[in-house]
Amino acid sequence: MLENYLPILIFIGVGLLVGIIPLALGMVIGPHRPDGAKNSPYECGFEAFEDSRMKFDVRFYLVAILFIIFDLEIAFLFPWAVALDSIGLFGLLAMALFLGILVIGFIYEWKKGALEWE
Amino acid sequence: MLETIMNVWEGLPLVMQIMAKITLIVAPLMLAVAYVTYAERKVIGYMQVRLGPNRVGPKGWLQPIADAVKLLTKEVIIPTNANRYLFLIAPVLSIAPALAAWAVIPFDDGMALANINAGLLYILALSSLGVYGVIIAGWASNSKYALLGAMRSAAQIVAYEIAMGFALVGVIMVAGSLNLGEIVSAQSGSIYHWYLLPLLPLFLVFFISGVAETNRAPFDVAEGESEIVAGFHVEYSGMAFAVFFLAEYANMILISALTALLFLGGWLSPFQGILPESAFAIPVIGWFLDSGIHWFLIKTAFFLFCFLWFRATFPRYRYDQIMRLGWKVLIPVTIVWLFVLGVGVAFGIGPWFA
Repeated sequence: MLENYLPILIFIGVGLLVGIIPLALGMVIGPHRPDGAKNSPYECGFEAFEDSRMKFDVRFYLVAILFIIFDLEIAFLFPWAVALDSIGLFGLLAMALFLGILVIGFIYEWKKGALEWE
Repeated sequence: MLETIMNVWEGLPLVMQIMAKITLIVAPLMLAVAYVTYAERKVIGYMQVRLGPNRVGPKGWLQPIADAVKLLTKEVIIPTNANRYLFLIAPVLSIAPALAAWAVIPFDDGMALANINAGLLYILALSSLGVYGVIIAGWASNSKYALLGAMRSAAQIVAYEIAMGFALVGVIMVAGSLNLGEIVSAQSGSIYHWYLLPLLPLFLVFFISGVAETNRAPFDVAEGESEIVAGFHVEYSGMAFAVFFLAEYANMILISALTALLFLGGWLSPFQGILPESAFAIPVIGWFLDSGIHWFLIKTAFFLFCFLWFRATFPRYRYDQIMRLGWKVLIPVTIVWLFVLGVGVAFGIGPWFA
């Protein structure tokens, strides 16, 4: 059972190598001539006068929170969907109730304007 | 001859066998990535009544190789204010999941590297990891454009991830399995058994979300050349940039392959169940008409062409329009369709769910 997952583990390793080897090659083969102006962050010719990790719109945060709720929902739906054939009507109604509660929350956040971007 | 090869193969240690198989997947994949970049420039060129690249080699066939050599000999600049380690880890983090997801893709009946029963879950997990590459790149660059691009891109990927997940749930409900091979087998019969028709809304949602997930036009605000120069990878140069580029195209091919597997029956032939059995017995034509890896490749290539086609056709969306489409159109559509599917599957309503 678990030996099926060995190729996946190796493949992830190969995937990492496919990223690391070109990077290392590029750093070895490419020239290395550092220069103050070249190495400064790009800001359309201006000198960067402050740290660029600035404040950002709170809505990005809100989207992240909403994502967690919905993604968790999907994680719950996956096993339910696989077993739908065998759990029949009871399973369907249970999930309908669960989805119904989520839909009410979704409508609430929609009305509150959490999904508005302008 | 064949027997000796098989004997040598059997004699190899398991890890060597797996490595050989992985090479057989990764090498054509990287070649495909290189030539998708060429195809993109050619296709968009012809759609805009230009010739596209035609200088390097016959008809420009060597253009991707020339690009690779050029990028290889460029300096990898690490900005002074950047966080060195995260800056270099980010491109690796974005390409590794894009490649590793191929471990569970079945190319033909039983032709998958790892035939695991949680295949779709694994793909969903890996495709969510891609966002880390983007956001770490943006943050580690310590540049305003990069940070803005990363925030936009992360919020967009996250929003469309939900619609995509719901679409996958629909497929699982009908197929009753997470194993990609079994999902394809469940679609066998004829072209009408493919999930394209019964799950048409989910197919549209899945492919649109796929385009948005890969940050391709018309959802490419993360790059937004005209507003934030290149978004999260503005500070990357040389091979570091090339790795991001590879990841983007590998993701495109992955999404195309997944769409072909989940909704168009993967390796199944569209003529199955329509032509009489005798048609498949004709020597060469019969092999082509019958199910096989070539149908999987043709379907994947078609969706890849759609990616390029979209880029040449649609103007870029505004950011608020993207978020509205994701949250207010795609997610409600999928939730409603999940209810429809649930009733259809539980009560066995025909013709599809019986």
